[in-house]
Amino acid sequence: MTVWLLLLAFVLLSGASFRYLGIGFGDLLAAESRGQMLEYALGFFPPDASAAFLARTLRGSLETLAISAIGTLLAAFMGLLLAVPAAGRLGLPARAASRLLLNFLRSIPELVWAMLMVLAAGLGPFAGTLALAVHTSGVLGRLFAETLENTPPEPTLALRHAGSPTALAFLYGTLPGVMPQLTSYTLYRWENNIRMAAVLGLVGAGGLGMMLYMSLALFKQGEAATVIIAMLILVAIVDALSAWLRRWLGRPGS
Amino acid sequence: MPVALSPSRDPAAFPRLAFALAAVLLLWPGLQLTEFDPAALIDRRSREVMGKFLGTFFPLELSEGFLELVLKSTLETLAIATAGTFLAIVLAFPLSLVVSRSLSISRIGPRSGPWMGDFIRLPARWLLILLRSIPEIVWALLLVRAVGLGPAAGVFAIAINYSGMLGKVYFEIYEAGDTRPARALMEAGSGRLAAFFYGIFPVALPELVSYSVYRWECAVRASVVMGFVGAGGLGIQLELSMRMLNGGEVSTILLVFFLLVLLADGISALLRRALA
Amino acid sequence: MDFNLDRVGLTLDGKHRAIEEISLGIAHGERVAVIGPSGAGKTSLLRVLGTALRPTSGRLAVEGRDPWSLAREALRRLRARTGTIYQAPPLPPRQRVVTAVLAGRLGRWPLWKSYASLAYPADIPGARAALERVDLAERLFDRCDRLSGGQLQRVGVARVLYQQPELILADEPVSSLDPQLADRVVGELNRESIARGVTLVASLHAVDLALRWFPRVVGLRDGVVTFDLPPVRITDAMLTELYASESPVPPTQDNRPLELPAARLEPVAGAKQPLCR
Repeated sequence: MTVWLLLLAFVLLSGASFRYLGIGFGDLLAAESRGQMLEYALGFFPPDASAAFLARTLRGSLETLAISAIGTLLAAFMGLLLAVPAAGRLGLPARAASRLLLNFLRSIPELVWAMLMVLAAGLGPFAGTLALAVHTSGVLGRLFAETLENTPPEPTLALRHAGSPTALAFLYGTLPGVMPQLTSYTLYRWENNIRMAAVLGLVGAGGLGMMLYMSLALFKQGEAATVIIAMLILVAIVDALSAWLRRWLGRPGS
Repeated sequence: MPVALSPSRDPAAFPRLAFALAAVLLLWPGLQLTEFDPAALIDRRSREVMGKFLGTFFPLELSEGFLELVLKSTLETLAIATAGTFLAIVLAFPLSLVVSRSLSISRIGPRSGPWMGDFIRLPARWLLILLRSIPEIVWALLLVRAVGLGPAAGVFAIAINYSGMLGKVYFEIYEAGDTRPARALMEAGSGRLAAFFYGIFPVALPELVSYSVYRWECAVRASVVMGFVGAGGLGIQLELSMRMLNGGEVSTILLVFFLLVLLADGISALLRRALA
Repeated sequence: MDFNLDRVGLTLDGKHRAIEEISLGIAHGERVAVIGPSGAGKTSLLRVLGTALRPTSGRLAVEGRDPWSLAREALRRLRARTGTIYQAPPLPPRQRVVTAVLAGRLGRWPLWKSYASLAYPADIPGARAALERVDLAERLFDRCDRLSGGQLQRVGVARVLYQQPELILADEPVSSLDPQLADRVVGELNRESIARGVTLVASLHAVDLALRWFPRVVGLRDGVVTFDLPPVRITDAMLTELYASESPVPPTQDNRPLELPAARLEPVAGAKQPLCR
């Protein structure tokens, strides 16, 4: 019963939405705009396969790959740094503060961070790297903190009671146990980040995204098609790589 | 019993060294490609710009005119998300039926060639993959060029991208459930659609709706972000305010964004609990 | 390291009185065994001595001062001179034995050495020597999760031996070892104590080990000391009464009946004399 009510409400709301937005299906399907759209769509075929452009696309792909990899790596370090207080290991006020910071970092979408970073560091891949690093450290920091909270504190405590400084007690006592889980989270996040890295360029943060924006702005749909294909291939590669690495690291006895 | 002596050097030393070397070999070009330059952050000019910008973040911009603008944009975002999700469902539904093997007549015999069905099924599956693999913001960008700036591009971008995601999850839900009632119906001679609506649909419905609600929640987030390329909603305002370095407006919009996401999250959680 | 406990009590979680009231003095270089049934407060006593838990009543003095009044850095240095062997060794599963043993000196090493040891073990011969004393040298580079319970316990012992502390607190350090190995390890701890003048306080479940190796045995029950005597003064009756709540006969490492030598000195009422060494 609830389901049908919900569906009805949804249909009504959707109708209202279309009304509100004033989307004229009529306009769209009119002969003239149909012709325009068709012409536009046909411009994508065939994708630009000239040697020069393919070389640029390859460079863009490598740039995007680097943005995602370095950004994720940075995020893992920063996330771990923030996860230690967020797991409550440095007292309650530190826990509250770090959790707030982590929430802040991950609530702001990557694209917004990218725009901010373009302001701070200029156009180009560095802004994209920073944006991914900052946003993902919020995500990973929270995941890491949960992992740390579920780890027995005895090894670290024992070392501290034997006079070890706190940071070293953590590195010797807790980190060996949680490394596999942390690595797995990081690799999994990389899969998301390669998609993001490809797209951040649309606001000027380098990589394939920037190339796509340029190509479309210049109405070179053929180039745009090539870039989109490159994005798809890149994502597929990173997905496969990440899955393989996670399997390889997760095998018993590694 | 003779006991094996342990080695006098750490046997893990070599693999670790090799790993470290490989890491450096990968890291170096990576840093080059990303134009990694922390100094750029503390460069004088960018510090000035950032400093001024950050300085304007407080107080929030709360003038009536601006708030009205923000409210309108928020409603627009919600409308884009809702309309887009609706269209996505309309597109995904038939696609999911085509792709699903649970309605394969050739599988229940007589063997007229199971690959016949695959002839249609496989391309449909690839279409779904294509639709969802291209990020929604790329679709938005393409559509803005095709249908012009404004919410229409956003609605269609979500419709296209999410139909791929919904289509995939829909057919997975069909196949994960008990497909025997549908097959029994088809074996008794009923048409495929009837078999679906009587056999699979009733049981799958709550899960289908649940996932669709979740997708709507994601659509709200996506709709904001698509505004950056001109596809309507709050994102357009945010981009404008950032370009003008008006921190007060930016913080207001961000605050509204958080509240919006919280709202969507809350509605989604409520509905999905009610369905479970 | 010498200790003085003056009517020390310990309440855990605000409810459970782990230590009722203990007054005890331990001189520098003494070897003391603590025996008693489960729940008697043996572990709590050791944790109080190791400044892992703070007494809720009474006074604790370590080398004449209250350790809990020390500044953080001073307390850390004090703890670096204390080695604790745990009944359940707190070793991270994926860590290698060599790293686990070398971690004993984290309180003493300069920072750069501690960090460097993570990449390459800083003192392989030292770790090996410590493991040889507990008959485990061949497992130097194995991962801790490949070891049995008894082997893990021995790694814990090796870590403390490597640490070379001035106080060794051993909380049931041989509970997972067979009688021969247990005897050897307890003997090793005693030898360490005698050779380097280290104070040794060990809680043992096996009474025979306590009586055989330690010149002073403290009986603990329900959080209070029931006797504090050299082994020759301990009678069958005392032991039976100590363990009455748990078993009809006092427990031994090999589960055979405890054999006390025929001639026992009569217990002197209230005697708490340490054995003349």
